[in-house]
Amino acid sequence: MKAVITVIGKDMVGILAKVSTKCSDNNINVLEVTQSILQDMFAMIMLVDISKSDIPFTDFADSLSRMGDEMNLSIHAMHEDIFNAMHTI
Amino acid sequence: MLNSKDILETITMIQDEHLDVRTITMGISLLDCCHSDINIMCDKVYDKITRYAEKLVSTGEQIEKQFGIPIINKRISITPAAMILASCDNKDAVKLAKTLEKAACTCGVNFLGGFSALVQKGFGPGDRELIEAIPEALAVTDHICSSVNIGSTKAGINMDAVALMGKAVKKSAELTADRDCIGPAKLVVFCNAPEDNPFMAGAFHGAGEPDSVINVGVSGPGVVRAALAKAGDCDLTAVADLIKKTAFKITRMGQLVANEASKRLNVPFGIVDLSLAPTPAVGDSVAHILEEMGLECCGCHGTTAALALLNDAVKKGGVMASSHVGGLSGAFIPVTEDAGMIDAARCGALSITKLEAMTAVCSVGLDMINIPGDTPAEVISAIIADEAAIGMVNSKTTAVRVIPAIGKKVGDELSFGGLLGSGPVMPVSTYSPLKFISRGGRIPAPMQSLKN
Repeated sequence: MKAVITVIGKDMVGILAKVSTKCSDNNINVLEVTQSILQDMFAMIMLVDISKSDIPFTDFADSLSRMGDEMNLSIHAMHEDIFNAMHTI
Repeated sequence: MLNSKDILETITMIQDEHLDVRTITMGISLLDCCHSDINIMCDKVYDKITRYAEKLVSTGEQIEKQFGIPIINKRISITPAAMILASCDNKDAVKLAKTLEKAACTCGVNFLGGFSALVQKGFGPGDRELIEAIPEALAVTDHICSSVNIGSTKAGINMDAVALMGKAVKKSAELTADRDCIGPAKLVVFCNAPEDNPFMAGAFHGAGEPDSVINVGVSGPGVVRAALAKAGDCDLTAVADLIKKTAFKITRMGQLVANEASKRLNVPFGIVDLSLAPTPAVGDSVAHILEEMGLECCGCHGTTAALALLNDAVKKGGVMASSHVGGLSGAFIPVTEDAGMIDAARCGALSITKLEAMTAVCSVGLDMINIPGDTPAEVISAIIADEAAIGMVNSKTTAVRVIPAIGKKVGDELSFGGLLGSGPVMPVSTYSPLKFISRGGRIPAPMQSLKN
């Protein structure tokens, strides 16, 4: 089971580190990362494997979103099915 | 890997363009709750609803978190109440309404629909009792929605029921005058009512439906408007194409949520309702889509054509995205629930006559329109009859949900709060249809050939 984590906001030191630490803390494996910086805006998309996660996915999504609030970033973790459903026939 | 452009598009749709699943509605058949003693029947009704829908709200919330999509409403629709009321010796419909309210509160749902009667050809046992009880039932409950089907393409229009409903709408407003006349905002009068509609106030669980079913209504006017804004100056063929593509994406999301809800609740999936349902929030308006197409203000000449294009493209795009489509599918034009419509009504660009024309090409009907409080019941009946005639002749669903603003006149405002929104009182014709309405009888079903 895979999920997509998106991080959007103002660039700062340690975004990638914090998000990937959160993943490893919960036994979530990072499969792929793409990121881009347009002017000051930071956009990162991370594909992760949540099948061995030791907490329920909804709790993980909540904790990421809280972390985003603290760092003034918008962080979402969403099940990959929604993207597959919406963008593939 | 997934295309990052697609991922960001989905996130933008949800965050900035108000994409959401408008409702997960669980249909529950109450036919097996019939009993000649109304007290026993009410106990059975309460028990069945709370048993079946026990986990509806919590499951909806879990799905919301898993996919990151807001699911605004969790609702229940039931067998038309008049059908089960028919079995009781004492047909106390208000008692049944209170039981339904209690069940809705226990389950934590936003609305429960199906305090309904189907009388397109005539009144069966329980139908009159239910219709007469509607104003009081809506006044003493907060979560119950009522609908009455008074006509169909196959049966014609029951004008006796039309006359009764005009009075019911008026009385319902009077009984809730102290609460901005909220009563009639929960009451819809239908022609060709669909049996699997997940949207309120007209949801009920039709007689041909299974014991229990999950229906999902999607939304997303903001997404369509944003897509059109990005497209810039293209011709209407390209506009229709773009709307189809957007509707496809929105509906796929609805289908995903419907499948997941059906699996988790172990209830069969019914339909996805392919709808563009506006909310009063800025950026979530159907009127603004029409304006984005190039109208100065919703309600000007050209509005009907633009709406026809929109409505058709939404269906074409959505149909391929879902395994089963039903309900009211199309663009909704509820005045008080749509920021653009409210503005158009306030500035006088949008009139009831124009709205009536628009209902001939959109998915529902005259919806959430505030009319002067001194409008006589027969005028409301005549509005219902006109709208039902459009639905009957064109083989489509039409409906009327008007709110007589007791003690208010044209230009004053009513505010219902939440998704029901607020809006100005709009003028209606003051010439009287009294004699026509009081004739009663039935308007015969129309020809289905010689289409001219």
